[in-house]
Amino acid sequence: MRIQQRGPQGVVEGDLTPMIDMAFLLIAFFMFVINFSEVEQDQRVTLPASELARPPEAPYEQPLTIHLTDNDHFIYGGKELLTIGALRSELLQETQIIQRLTTKKVADVTVIIRADEDAKTGMVQRVIQICQQLGFEKFALRGQWTKDHTIGEG
Amino acid sequence: MKFRNTDHREHIVLQMTPMIDIVFQLMVFFVFTFKIVEPEGDFNIRMPSDQTSTASAVSETPLLRVRLRATPEGELARVQFGDVALEGDAPFYHLQSRIRSLIGDDAGPGSSDQEVEIDADYNLKYRYAMNAITAITGYVDDNGEQHKLVEKVRFAPLSE
Repeated sequence: MRIQQRGPQGVVEGDLTPMIDMAFLLIAFFMFVINFSEVEQDQRVTLPASELARPPEAPYEQPLTIHLTDNDHFIYGGKELLTIGALRSELLQETQIIQRLTTKKVADVTVIIRADEDAKTGMVQRVIQICQQLGFEKFALRGQWTKDHTIGEG
Repeated sequence: MKFRNTDHREHIVLQMTPMIDIVFQLMVFFVFTFKIVEPEGDFNIRMPSDQTSTASAVSETPLLRVRLRATPEGELARVQFGDVALEGDAPFYHLQSRIRSLIGDDAGPGSSDQEVEIDADYNLKYRYAMNAITAITGYVDDNGEQHKLVEKVRFAPLSE
């Protein structure tokens, strides 16, 4: 049997142009859709749905966001707090910072409450209560926007 | 004058590897930082503390009360608007119908003076409170347009 002698092997160069095109297109896509803003969302909280919960037209000025999970834990400033007393002391520090270092009044600060749909309503009220005791007056109860009617139709 | 022979040009090979490396690194960065943000919205309520609220002006319109009673598991047991218990499968829809008939939102954006107080049981799941707030504050018509009803909503003080 005669083995066929292979000829001189040339360097095989794949055409990389379509791949690079695609990669650049993907980069362009992600660059346009990426959002670097500080979105105060937490995966541990499932918000209750509401068709009226439209995003605010203008962002709040330095709001405080308090998350309330379904097992009565609080998330504030990235820290998980197990008791409402711990939340109160954190908020107390925050009010002192607001009063000393800014020209704003505590009453002008909006407190955003992101409570889980299975959290106790009474716990939300307790959060509002301790915020009131510390001088906060404006509250925003956050909900998940949906196009479905959540209250049903008779 | 002697011209240089231009026939023997050097074959320039572009090094694509570093560029492809960096392109892929960029792509990996963007893929990992990509986060789908679901639309969220707020119900704004103004609830000053008891000390400051006593000094505020007393509204001429009577305060409407919505009571939400819960089962021991935190599910909704009963909705009461004033003294009237709202029966049926969709109590919040009936609540909204009553508020609409009371305020009369046909001609305008609703009553801005009217205030509604929600008195909910402590262990009631928050989603029902949100349903009540939705029913009280407005509705979306068939064209997707949002109509406001009562803008002043507050929670009753805790009974504990």
